[in-house]
Amino acid sequence: MSNAADIIDARFAGTVGGFALDIGFTAPMRGITALFGPSGSGKTTVLRAMAGLSRLSGRLTVGGEAWQDDGAGILLPPHRRAVGYVFQEASLFPHLSVRGNLLFGARRSAKQAPAIGFDEAVALLGLESLLERGSESLSGGERQRVAIGRALLSEPRLLLMDEPLSALDEASRADILATFERLHDALPIPAIYVSHDLAEVARLADRMVVLSKGRAVAEGPVAPIMERLDLEPSTGRFEAGVVLTATVIEHDPSYQLTRLDLAGQPVSIPRVEVGAGERVRLRIRARDVALANRPVEGISIRNRLAGRVVEIVSTASTPYAETLIEIGDGTDPVARLRARVTREAVDDLGLEIGARVFALVKTISFDGR
Amino acid sequence: MPDLAELWSPVRLTLILATVTTLVLLVVSTPIAWWLARSSARWKEAVAAVVALPLVLPPTVLGFYLLILLGPEGPGGWLAALGGARSLAFTFTGLVIGSVVYSLPFVVQPIRNAFEAIGDRPLEVAATLRAGPWDTFWTVAVPLARRGFLTGAVLGFAHTMGEFGMILMIGGNIPGETRVLSIAIYDYVETLRWAEAHVLAGGMVVFAFAVILAMLVLEKRIGRARP
Repeated sequence: MSNAADIIDARFAGTVGGFALDIGFTAPMRGITALFGPSGSGKTTVLRAMAGLSRLSGRLTVGGEAWQDDGAGILLPPHRRAVGYVFQEASLFPHLSVRGNLLFGARRSAKQAPAIGFDEAVALLGLESLLERGSESLSGGERQRVAIGRALLSEPRLLLMDEPLSALDEASRADILATFERLHDALPIPAIYVSHDLAEVARLADRMVVLSKGRAVAEGPVAPIMERLDLEPSTGRFEAGVVLTATVIEHDPSYQLTRLDLAGQPVSIPRVEVGAGERVRLRIRARDVALANRPVEGISIRNRLAGRVVEIVSTASTPYAETLIEIGDGTDPVARLRARVTREAVDDLGLEIGARVFALVKTISFDGR
Repeated sequence: MPDLAELWSPVRLTLILATVTTLVLLVVSTPIAWWLARSSARWKEAVAAVVALPLVLPPTVLGFYLLILLGPEGPGGWLAALGGARSLAFTFTGLVIGSVVYSLPFVVQPIRNAFEAIGDRPLEVAATLRAGPWDTFWTVAVPLARRGFLTGAVLGFAHTMGEFGMILMIGGNIPGETRVLSIAIYDYVETLRWAEAHVLAGGMVVFAFAVILAMLVLEKRIGRARP
């Protein structure tokens, strides 16, 4: 990570829309790094500055190549930066066919050995039957797939994506998410992914940078960042939660469930088509976890995980307390769950650091392999 | 029976004048329209107002100033001296210059509107796809503004065909050089040659109708066209 050729190093400052922005972060030259934060936190501004579309003072090096360095007087115009930019709306050129759109950047890029060829990209994105169509006749999801292909074929060293799912309906979203997952496995190009949706970040990103009011307040791998209780103002109450990795034990065809092993304890989720022994990513939101101070019987919630309290953050101005629970039997690697309960419950149950608890998990969403 | 060769001369001159003027107008108007559409300069509306002046000014006022500018004492006379002539007034070149000024707003305005309608996004997309500003202008902005160019060209051509007062001021009535259609009609009426006036005036009506109809149909087709 420390070698300049292996990282993206960004630091931007400026005043945007009445607030001061000062954001610095690094990202590896592989995988997806999410720039996460509520609207107005400056994430799109930073992304635009990385592409050279907006002007912020600062510096940006991508794999050892300086794209902006105010100190050295370097500022590459957007068309000299090897970026692929995917906007919120697909923004296809209406005067060109799908093929014309896909080839627009490909014709202008200089590299001799493309990371992905035209046919390969078309197959990966499922665009074979659309090539001669005009962009107006495509659905929202199809357009965004073309936009992604167009960006990839311009042979970028870095993909920048600005909430590419936000303008889509639910079905197209699922379609594009699946596309991103295929790309993630197939492409050696790093991506910066701007989003205000924690579920999206949990599913796609390897690393995340949390932005709040024009500052980067945390950065690192997704799982440990999601466990942090102190980032609440930025991550938002409703969607806060953790991402965990579990192993598939077996499928139960009669109940249509998949049984998993999570840090040595059994967990069931609605059936997913993943083979036994494989690892899956799960997302568990803090608001979907209840706590009990002894084993609970006679309750419909099937997933009951034994653990102990490792952190409690109570906010006096709200009814809630955020807790972090470590589950595991001590032999397997531990997993950490977040649970949101009321402050009253914390007092009634006598919860404190080190207390044994049972976490009752109502909903577990499967987030992919 | 009117003499067809005599009638054809002003028609031919008018068509040549309108064609040359339209070509010059497209070359001159495009950068002005682009600048007016994209610049954030505070005084750009003042420039836009100057460009639009011919819409409001009486053709005689315009013609008066052009006469001074093109005459032996003005910059036009100085330019003419380079070519060995005394003045640009009462010449075909002078008529082209006058027509360009006179029809400028009719060409600049639709092209400017079309450029503005494109917005920033397609240009930004092109930039992130390695297209430099010049490349983007020709491969994205111009194709997307093609309706504006068509409208501007047709309006510029038709407006030049129909000008009268300004030409009377700077062109006079020299057969084959400055005697355009509208001047010829005026002349025929003055000399009570009604038959000739009827042929030319009727022809103008038919022409104007055909131009407007063609423009409406073409605009629709371009609007619908998909690659």
